[in-house]
Amino acid sequence: MVTYEQRKARWGFVYVLPWLIGFILFFLIPLVNSLVYSFSKVETNAEGIFVDFIGWENYRTALFVNPNFNRNLVNSIIDMLVNVPLIVIFSLFVAVLLNQNFKGRGLARAIFFLPVILASGVIANLESSSLIEALNTDNAAGRFIAGLRSFELERMMLEAGVNEDFVLYLTGAVDRIYEIVSQSGVQILIFLAGIQTISTHLYEAAKIEGATGYEAFWKITFPMVSPLILVNVVYTVVDSFASNSTVELIRNTGLTNFNFGLSSAMAWIYFLSVAFILAVSSYIISKRVFYHE
Amino acid sequence: MLETIRAQITSLTFWKKWAWIIVRFVLIVGLSFVILYPILQKISTSLKAREDIYSPIVVWIPERISFESYKYAVQIMEYWDTLLNTFLLAGMTTVLTAASCALAGYGFARLKFKGSKLLFACVILTILVPPTTILIPMYLNLKDFNLLGLIPLLTGGKSINLLDTYWPFILTSMFAVSYKAGLFIFIYNQFYRGIPKEIEEAAYVDGAGVTKTFLQIMLPNTMPAIITVCLFSFVWQWNDSFYTTIYLTSTKVMSTQLSSLPFNLNKLITGDGGGQSDPFYLDLVQDTGILLAILPLIIGYLFIQRHFVESVERTGIVG
Repeated sequence: MVTYEQRKARWGFVYVLPWLIGFILFFLIPLVNSLVYSFSKVETNAEGIFVDFIGWENYRTALFVNPNFNRNLVNSIIDMLVNVPLIVIFSLFVAVLLNQNFKGRGLARAIFFLPVILASGVIANLESSSLIEALNTDNAAGRFIAGLRSFELERMMLEAGVNEDFVLYLTGAVDRIYEIVSQSGVQILIFLAGIQTISTHLYEAAKIEGATGYEAFWKITFPMVSPLILVNVVYTVVDSFASNSTVELIRNTGLTNFNFGLSSAMAWIYFLSVAFILAVSSYIISKRVFYHE
Repeated sequence: MLETIRAQITSLTFWKKWAWIIVRFVLIVGLSFVILYPILQKISTSLKAREDIYSPIVVWIPERISFESYKYAVQIMEYWDTLLNTFLLAGMTTVLTAASCALAGYGFARLKFKGSKLLFACVILTILVPPTTILIPMYLNLKDFNLLGLIPLLTGGKSINLLDTYWPFILTSMFAVSYKAGLFIFIYNQFYRGIPKEIEEAAYVDGAGVTKTFLQIMLPNTMPAIITVCLFSFVWQWNDSFYTTIYLTSTKVMSTQLSSLPFNLNKLITGDGGGQSDPFYLDLVQDTGILLAILPLIIGYLFIQRHFVESVERTGIVG
């Protein structure tokens, strides 16, 4: 006599089965293989694949011999550490902005979600190498636009005595506004949806008590979306790790130079750095997240 | 009347309100400009005739509007074929991914079994691991695909090369491990957790088995999640250059055609002579190509952008 619970449990397994098959076939096995390759010298020829165990050699090559890997890896990590806070803070700000009631809100939202469709893959790569862009900044109006950089602001802040590193960080952020905006589409979406689920009676009560908009943000909005801050940080980290120069390098080593062992070792070092950063940041953030229950 | 206006203008709250409105307006317009600038620039570039690139007085509106670059781009990218191919590919993966992830999501959310927590952690793992890590083994695996020894039995001793076909995409979508499929499973899972249990129990009382409950009760309610997943999946697949360049070397899809556009154009113009034609012109045509590639997406986007936010909100990720 099978109980309802048991029947559901069995069906649960069946429903999950396609994913499980995929997971084992297309994820787990390649993952284990990759680990094996990273410890060996892999050669392919017409007959098949020969795997020759050589221990830590590939790792040693990647870290100490290969001229590009270290530099690329450190660059990518620094890029990520710099960009992620900016992206998350920026998208929170924009989400609050887009949540307010103003004419043309629909249009503004439509424009801000545009990078979600446009910024992925090929287009981002091609964009950065566009010569037309360079040419355009050379002629009249282009120079004007390019000149709208933050020189004056930077000087003002430095003379006012603000810490130099901080100033450089901020102006660097403003200069990279395009990069930041195009990478924050999904995050804005998530934050916006989150803000909209905060019930308005909280804000009403605050207003009656005499809270300003600023206070309302920090005491109501911010705690209520803090779980989403964690989600967005994780997503942004993973996203920025998915496509940058290190990845290119790994791919080229593998497919163009056919050095599969080295490429796998690089990929694993890369993965471990990602995992480490994710673990550390998730831990720090979830300590301070406010959960409903 | 005049008194009230005077009282208003001299009050601080009035000015604070307007200051904020102005600041907000400037910010939104400024940021929108930053976002729209590349697109507008591409549109203006694509309409330029070849000579206009160097003309210093031409900034936005070209002197001679010419569709020449469009003609080149369409011809070299074999646009209509490519469009069909990309559409088919993206559509296929989207449908299969949405279906398989829905199944897995429901299984994890409502049909608990021993070890489902551990497996769900594995789902999260698939999101976190960069695809690069498993890239090489996947490539080699697909080159001589033999499904743990089954296929040689079927084909009489040789394993098949799955590269350069649509099969890798079909298989990965069918088994819910396509690009970012873990994320979709997560979305479905959160969504199903938000549906009240009473609905299922009512169905059970009415005598519906698990499958019937799923198909007739849960699925219609899942529309927001399905829409969200389909949107993301379609867009990401359309723009994907990572997997397509690895799996499909000769089939024509948008991303591969775009990357090889300058090269092919060069060949066309210089007639295989090996010379180097004007790199700026190559770039111009490539810009046109990019526009053409994302045009279908933008058109589709205009129709469904309203649903983006609504559907994400209703999937329950955000509680």
